[in-house]
Amino acid sequence: MKQIRISINGTEYQVTEHSNLAAVLMDKAIANRRSVTGEPRMAVCGMGSCGECRVTINQQAHQLACLLQCCDGMEVDCEP
Amino acid sequence: MSLNVVIVGAGPAGLAAAWSASQSNANITLIDQAAQAGGQIWRGGQGYAPKRYRHLFGQQTTLHYRKQTHVLGASEQQLYLATPQGPQQLRYDRLILANGARELFLPFPGWTLPKVVGVGGLQALVKGSLPIAGKRVVIAGSGPLLIAVASQLKQRGAIIKAVVEQVPIAQLLRFGRSLVGNPTKMLQAAQFAQALANTPFYVNTWITAAEGEGEVQQVQLNNGQRIECDYLACSWGLIANTELAQQLGCRLEQNFVVVDRSQHTSRDQVYAVGELTGIGGEDKAVIEGQIAGFVATGNYQAASQLAQQQAQARQFSQQLAASFALRPELRQLAQANTIVCRCEDVTLAQLQSQPSWRSAKLQTRCGMGICQGRVCGGATQYLFGWSQDSVRFPIHSVSVADLVMESV
Ligand SMILES: Cc1cc2nc3c(=O)[nH]c(=O)nc-3n(C[C@H](O)[C@H](O)[C@H](O)COP(=O)(O)OP(=O)(O)OC[C@H]3O[C@@H](n4cnc5c(N)ncnc54)[C@H](O)[C@@H]3O)c2cc1C
Ligand code: FES
Repeated sequence: MKQIRISINGTEYQVTEHSNLAAVLMDKAIANRRSVTGEPRMAVCGMGSCGECRVTINQQAHQLACLLQCCDGMEVDCEP
Repeated sequence: MSLNVVIVGAGPAGLAAAWSASQSNANITLIDQAAQAGGQIWRGGQGYAPKRYRHLFGQQTTLHYRKQTHVLGASEQQLYLATPQGPQQLRYDRLILANGARELFLPFPGWTLPKVVGVGGLQALVKGSLPIAGKRVVIAGSGPLLIAVASQLKQRGAIIKAVVEQVPIAQLLRFGRSLVGNPTKMLQAAQFAQALANTPFYVNTWITAAEGEGEVQQVQLNNGQRIECDYLACSWGLIANTELAQQLGCRLEQNFVVVDRSQHTSRDQVYAVGELTGIGGEDKAVIEGQIAGFVATGNYQAASQLAQQQAQARQFSQQLAASFALRPELRQLAQANTIVCRCEDVTLAQLQSQPSWRSAKLQTRCGMGICQGRVCGGATQYLFGWSQDSVRFPIHSVSVADLVMESV
């Protein structure tokens, strides 16, 4: 399987092409977002309905990571 | 000009509708927000469907298949879409709704911790290449999905520490007996049983809390047991994605879209199929999808030949609902400070003083976040009996840019 590079919060990672972005973040234990009260959150439903997996991709905010496959050069930013 | 048949959802129900509609010369558009066709059960594509259904994927070349396209709203003869190329409108003569279902999540202490996920949610992430081999997983909640997912994850090398089902044993056995006479389902049950031999399976039992620093590390059960884990997959059944149907004014009963034997809803030219009309799994979805595809394109003869299978599928769906009814104790799981609305971090205590869903929305912002009530709506309906009043356009949260439509 082809390996590609993506950046998450400024750090480069090598991942398998087409792997699900929410799955990659969960495996690396990187929280996708902070809740209103500051809790770290990760994907829950895996199917685009809960919104917990949302991240910024290539400067576009509020993208649902669970509906996206990783592609080369993707820049992912999670809420600090 | 040929008839425009538009199908929303490319799960088993939508794919089957597309297949039977394409036996005519109608102009067919199949829309799904996901990157690949297959819906929930066949997520990942053709290879995940049983052999008897793989032909349903073949139609994608002969019709207009619009992937990664969200249907944000619907009115008479018109759909409003958010596509990778921007917002668009699409006209339809016949609309087949096959939006499927989502999991019901009930709040309990610790359910917002990272790595507490849905049961189907974890299944989806694992199909999306989340490494699960050697990971300790507890699967809890209710419904046949628990066992199905447990056996799939085990095959991929997960250590299933426990499957925890809230239903009492007598009820579960009754469900087992109801499968007699349904060879496909019996075989499936036997395969799951074999796959899960030696896996602790608790009935009459439920999760009371998830605990951990930064992510889930252990779970607590109502029998006092504590189990360490890397993932807790938890869900309490399925609820239909009825938002579009509601927006069109289709009649609902007990949260499902009411249809007649031709899968026709109470609205002209609008059909509903699959989980939307009652939770029943892939076979029901395929039969109903086929019927709607045939009826929508005027092939009544072919549709009528499926009537008996349709009746059987509906009966199974009713047995399922009766067998996995939720017990009242689950209403006591959330504590005063437990978050119920995850988008806005609204706690149980904040909601308890509210008289209705509408008032909770206005006073606490519960249901106003990105999920638009798709998570907390199901939970508050179960906890307080609140029903969500009207469904406004758009049904998904979108950026303003997506609301500026272009006609196609
Ligand atoms: C997370 C999950 C996992 C499941 N796993 C299993 C399993 O392993 N085994 C099993 O027997 N059953 C499983 N089920 C039950 C499942 O619902 C049925 O088996 C079957 O997939 C139902 O088929 P369907 O076509 O009615 O709906 P679905 O398969 O849910 O398909 C609906 C499709 O519609 C799309 N959609 C919905 N709304 C929109 C919109 N507004 N715009 C664009 N697209 C939209 C969705 O992306 C989806 O692809 C699962 C259910 C869920 C929710
Ligand atoms: S995990 Fe729920 S929307 Fe992505």
